[in-house]
Amino acid sequence: MHMADALLSPGVGTTFWAGSLGVIGYCAKKLRENINEKMIPLMGILAAFIFAAQMINFTIPGTGSSGHIGGGMILVIILGPYAAFIAVASVLTVQCLFFADGGILALGCNIWNMAVYPCFIAYPLIYAPLTKGNKTPGRIMIASILSVVVALEFGALSVVLQTMFSGKTELPFTTFLVLMLPIHFAIAIGEGFITGGFVNYIRVIKPEVLDVVEGSRAFSVKKVLVSIGIVAIITGGMLSWFASTHPDGLEWSIERVYGKAVLPGYETGIIPDLRDIQEKTAILPDYNFPAGKEEKSEGAADSWPAVNAGTSFSGIIGSLMVLGLVFILGFGINAVKSKRRNMVI
Amino acid sequence: MPSFDKEYFNLGYLDTLSYKDTFVHRLDPRIKLVTTFIFILFVVSFPKYEILKMLPFFFFPVFILSVGEIPLKFILKKLLIASPFALFVGIFNPFFDTAAMYNFYGIPISGGWVSYLSIIIKFILTVTAALLLVATTSFPGVCLALKKLKVPNVFVVQLLFLYRYMFVLTAETMRIIRARNMRSFGKKGRGMKTLISIIGVLFVRTVERSERIYQAMCSRGFDGEIRLLTSYKIGFVDISFAITAITVFIIFRGYDVTKTLGELITKT
Repeated sequence: MHMADALLSPGVGTTFWAGSLGVIGYCAKKLRENINEKMIPLMGILAAFIFAAQMINFTIPGTGSSGHIGGGMILVIILGPYAAFIAVASVLTVQCLFFADGGILALGCNIWNMAVYPCFIAYPLIYAPLTKGNKTPGRIMIASILSVVVALEFGALSVVLQTMFSGKTELPFTTFLVLMLPIHFAIAIGEGFITGGFVNYIRVIKPEVLDVVEGSRAFSVKKVLVSIGIVAIITGGMLSWFASTHPDGLEWSIERVYGKAVLPGYETGIIPDLRDIQEKTAILPDYNFPAGKEEKSEGAADSWPAVNAGTSFSGIIGSLMVLGLVFILGFGINAVKSKRRNMVI
Repeated sequence: MPSFDKEYFNLGYLDTLSYKDTFVHRLDPRIKLVTTFIFILFVVSFPKYEILKMLPFFFFPVFILSVGEIPLKFILKKLLIASPFALFVGIFNPFFDTAAMYNFYGIPISGGWVSYLSIIIKFILTVTAALLLVATTSFPGVCLALKKLKVPNVFVVQLLFLYRYMFVLTAETMRIIRARNMRSFGKKGRGMKTLISIIGVLFVRTVERSERIYQAMCSRGFDGEIRLLTSYKIGFVDISFAITAITVFIIFRGYDVTKTLGELITKT
């Protein structure tokens, strides 16, 4: 499930951007240290492979509806966590830009939810230990299903938490969780089965791919521990930030910051000038625009807003006018453009 | 999800649009990327019951759309098939937040509907902003912008590779899917077993292709970096575009344009 911009607050969005960029930087550093040039085109083309494979719809057994694979875990098993993280992040970036899956602000969250958990939790803690030394098809299948379940459930939990901390929805935490976790469990079983089947298939028809990458991947427990440590520190840092802003209510948006810190700078900018002009022209004699209006309107929205036919009527008129002006803007630009085109002809 | 051929066509069409030559297309990709990001931050910074103050923000996508000569119909279509997660989660708002908030000529409107409408407007604004960014900026341009903004080189190279092979592999996949649909009489294969072997075959072909590519690249002197011929420079026009756009965002964020216009009409 892709997180969406519309559900995010700026604070949550930028925090996860910072977290995801941090992990990208860490993985890039790891890959540079352990450079294997052959990896670079392989990573690129396997990301394109996952992208294409996601487009194959298939009928989900027993339901009649169709679905497609996610494929994150497949990349981790083939490329190892660092390279796979970069690859999955690139797929998500392209999906965000070309298919509008999620959005640009939500991309940070999506990379976190769908790349960090398979690469740095599910693979090192579940898949790698379970398949160490003993790579029978049965074990690979079990390890794949388990690791996909863990990765997807962590991802679903994160989506719920991000939505809650952003505070744009009314869905109670537990209800949302009860909706999300079972759905993702079912998806994960299917996805895990396909992942395991795929890895076993590749082991039969093209084993050298797995062996080449596995051989070249210097993978030590120490590195895993370090990477988990870093993930834990980033997560902990974010959680503490959330915790510290929590008492403010969940509405801690940029507006809160404005209200307290940045808004004073505003007061010397264009807004007071506009207000002066407005007061001088006196079109709106009793227009109430003192400082602190922001808080008032927000507070009003939070509790019980005054129902005032006058304001709602002028609100509707105003909306129609704004949309009309926007329409005229677009229409005008087009008219000017086509006129210019005609003149050229 | 729409049919595969359509999806593939859309992908290519968005790419074609990005090579037009208009004022918006000529702007530096860094400027467009940063301005779009700031636009989205401003839009999502509105509290959850805000509707009126967000409406003026439509000026930005409309401006880009008209000046960039992007077909409105195409963007609307993309908007419709975009991931509806936000709309799905938001639909619960009206059920949990039933206290009346406005009174529209006797019909009470609950806070839940207001906040849901707010989510829908945010969804439209943010998604169109992202789509218009790629429709007016070539993908290599976006990658170059990321590189100049100090995103690690490995990731930028990765994006360029993905972009290059995405079209090749989707074409390959399209052939496989057609073959499968022919053999299963228009149905989507015979479940997961078929899917696994389809993905397996696609994978083997991909890896073999990547080996050929790697050898070709080595013989052309590949050293882990992709160098682009086009170079961008941030000029006066770019800076003034960004400053104007951000100033307008700040004015629209702090000052209730909609309300003022409405009162202008109703009081005079």
